[in-house]
Amino acid sequence: MIRTHVLVCGGTGCTSSGSVAIREALVKEIAAKGIADEVKVVGTGCFGLCALGPIMIVYPDGTFYSMVKIEDVPEIVEEHLLKGRVVERLEYYDAKTEALIKEGKQVGLKDTNFYSKQKRVVLRNCGLINPEVIEEYIARDGYKALGKVLTEMTPETVVDTMLKSGLRGRGGAGFPTGRKWMFAAQQPAGKKYVCCNADEGDPGAFMDRSVLEGDPHAVLEAMAIAGYAIGSDQGYIYVRAEYPIAIHRLEIAIKQAREYGFLGKNIFGTDFNFDIQLRLGAGAFVCGEETALMTSIEGKRGEPRPRPPFPAVKGLFGRPTILNNVETLANVAQIILNGPEWFTAMGTEKSPGTKVFALGGKIVNTGLVEVPMGTTLREVVEEIGGGIPNGKKFKAAQTGGPSGGCLPASLIDTPIDFDSLIAAGSMMGSGGLIVMDETTCMVDIARFFLDFTVDESCGKCTPCRIGTRRLLEILDKIIAGEGTLEDIDKLEELCTFIKSASLCALGQTAPNPVLSTLRFFRDEYIAHVVDKKCPAGVCKNLMRYHINPDLCKGCSACSRVCPVGAISGEIKSPFTIDTTKCIKCGACMEKCRFNAIEKI
Amino acid sequence: MKKKLTTVEFRGTKEQEKALIAVIDELRDTKGAMMPILQKAQGIYGYLPIEAMKIIAEHTGVSLEEIYGIASFYAQFSLNPKGKHAIAVCLGTACYVKGSKDILDRISLVLGLEAGNTSKDGKYSLEATRCIGACGLAPVMTVGNDVYGKVKKEDVDGILAKYAD
Repeated sequence: MIRTHVLVCGGTGCTSSGSVAIREALVKEIAAKGIADEVKVVGTGCFGLCALGPIMIVYPDGTFYSMVKIEDVPEIVEEHLLKGRVVERLEYYDAKTEALIKEGKQVGLKDTNFYSKQKRVVLRNCGLINPEVIEEYIARDGYKALGKVLTEMTPETVVDTMLKSGLRGRGGAGFPTGRKWMFAAQQPAGKKYVCCNADEGDPGAFMDRSVLEGDPHAVLEAMAIAGYAIGSDQGYIYVRAEYPIAIHRLEIAIKQAREYGFLGKNIFGTDFNFDIQLRLGAGAFVCGEETALMTSIEGKRGEPRPRPPFPAVKGLFGRPTILNNVETLANVAQIILNGPEWFTAMGTEKSPGTKVFALGGKIVNTGLVEVPMGTTLREVVEEIGGGIPNGKKFKAAQTGGPSGGCLPASLIDTPIDFDSLIAAGSMMGSGGLIVMDETTCMVDIARFFLDFTVDESCGKCTPCRIGTRRLLEILDKIIAGEGTLEDIDKLEELCTFIKSASLCALGQTAPNPVLSTLRFFRDEYIAHVVDKKCPAGVCKNLMRYHINPDLCKGCSACSRVCPVGAISGEIKSPFTIDTTKCIKCGACMEKCRFNAIEKI
Repeated sequence: MKKKLTTVEFRGTKEQEKALIAVIDELRDTKGAMMPILQKAQGIYGYLPIEAMKIIAEHTGVSLEEIYGIASFYAQFSLNPKGKHAIAVCLGTACYVKGSKDILDRISLVLGLEAGNTSKDGKYSLEATRCIGACGLAPVMTVGNDVYGKVKKEDVDGILAKYAD
């Protein structure tokens, strides 16, 4: 009889910080104590609080341990699992749960600020089930929606349900999923394809990865439902080769689903056949664009092609195809089971449902969060995210990755949904949400994204291939301190050309990081070109290190750490930096115990 | 990223060639099989030498130009052998705002190796990678299969010292 379940996160973040070894040690220790038939260790998908990994939850009491080390395992087993005493020093709490603990209440993960504001639909099984065991998914109503669709609904009613739900594509553009399905369903019968876009290329985003790692069957089930709705018998999942854990779990999931008859021939005893193949992407950002992705599955250079014809008419191998993102698909089975009204009751009128964000950058609770659409940026950053570390001030949040823009502090009360973000000059994108503080230079960030797009431009169309390179050159000039006010105007002009003339979404959105930083942080650009200063102290050509002689004690720590021998002086008298030799690595500043080294 | 053909001598074996041909035969009936073939070829050789592309061209009937076009298009395909210790620093946005560029610069300085290159003795290769999805641990660097999270600039020398052999 199992009395206790210990859930250990096996997502990428926790795996990287050693959760596999912890799981193995737990199993061993539990066996050694002779309680192996009472306590079960379960490896799960991502819990969300990646910054505090490795993470462990003990049920039924729901105790939440964070930053567990392998040395802690014997104590957890001995104290908690054997004697029932919580190991308090490893327990995670925040301001909210700390107060509850003081009142003598039993608190768990769900009570923390990080979780209590969240609404988990897409992530409902992540961190709860073992993604490598299909029975655990089935126990959570898995494949029930597929059964319902095949035995009780016609393809038309499935499409109709999706239309009514108002679900919009979570990959970034927000196109209504039901309409995509409808267009493909209307095409004459014949070979059609269902593709899943799991080529999560936005740097700083890992929502899709976590869904695939934590709940792969949800995606398979939705693809089969989509296949039934549009009349397709073949699906492809295009997943990044850089996601080995996700690929491994998808392979297991597909195999198990075939064994259970949820994929393959005559599913649920009907005449519906559907199977899924995995295709590994090879690291090209442009392959997130639908036509490029399909070209890549065909085994060619992943270059986009003009639309129309849209993929719903002429897609993969020239046949009608729908392409949905992982997170979009993860909503489908829930919508079928709970009805479209349930879905539209969440979020806003035009953006129903929830959205998963990968919170990253200068924020306390880095990790994965899912909130109803329309939640404000402030709630996400300050309440769920726990604010900015080290007492720094919030400067901006970047959404939409290289195609998106930033929201400054003045817009922190913007509700996050598709339309509000576009109105604010950014976009939803796939869900990367990077927080920046006062030490982030916005010109440098714009340059960072442009560097990315230049690199990732496939080269097919001129505005993107050459235009983005010219943008990058101007930004480099500004960062080097050689920019002029005219350059800023030129930037803006070039941005509008690239936006209107590029072939695909990559080029059309590439100027967004520049335009949005220009809109909200023009003064920083001006500081770079007019005052030749980088207000955030990031751009190395625009600042130098200086030793304040009044604070320097002459201890020589800085000169010893300097990799290029740029610092000299006599012991017990102030040292100086030779700025011609200095490479501005900042090692001296970190070493100085007297705060005598400053950036000017 | 611009890709250069390697100057390192090709040391493929007959067994590797056999394995590659077996892969091609196995995927002969798969639609759009070129990507999986190249991915498996890279698995066999550790990189994609032009010699392997020639074998693929010969056995699939696809021209070498087209194969090279695909291999050079995707970042995953490496035309150069990786070092014994393959070092990668994530330059995804989350890592970048947390200072991963400084970490890359420090490694570059210590090893005397620019990103994208392999050291002459074949011991180290250094790469600036796209987001590896471990944003919770930013900034992140990897050496082979070892992942180092929340790396500080001053940790770099110590980490590299572990791979001095």
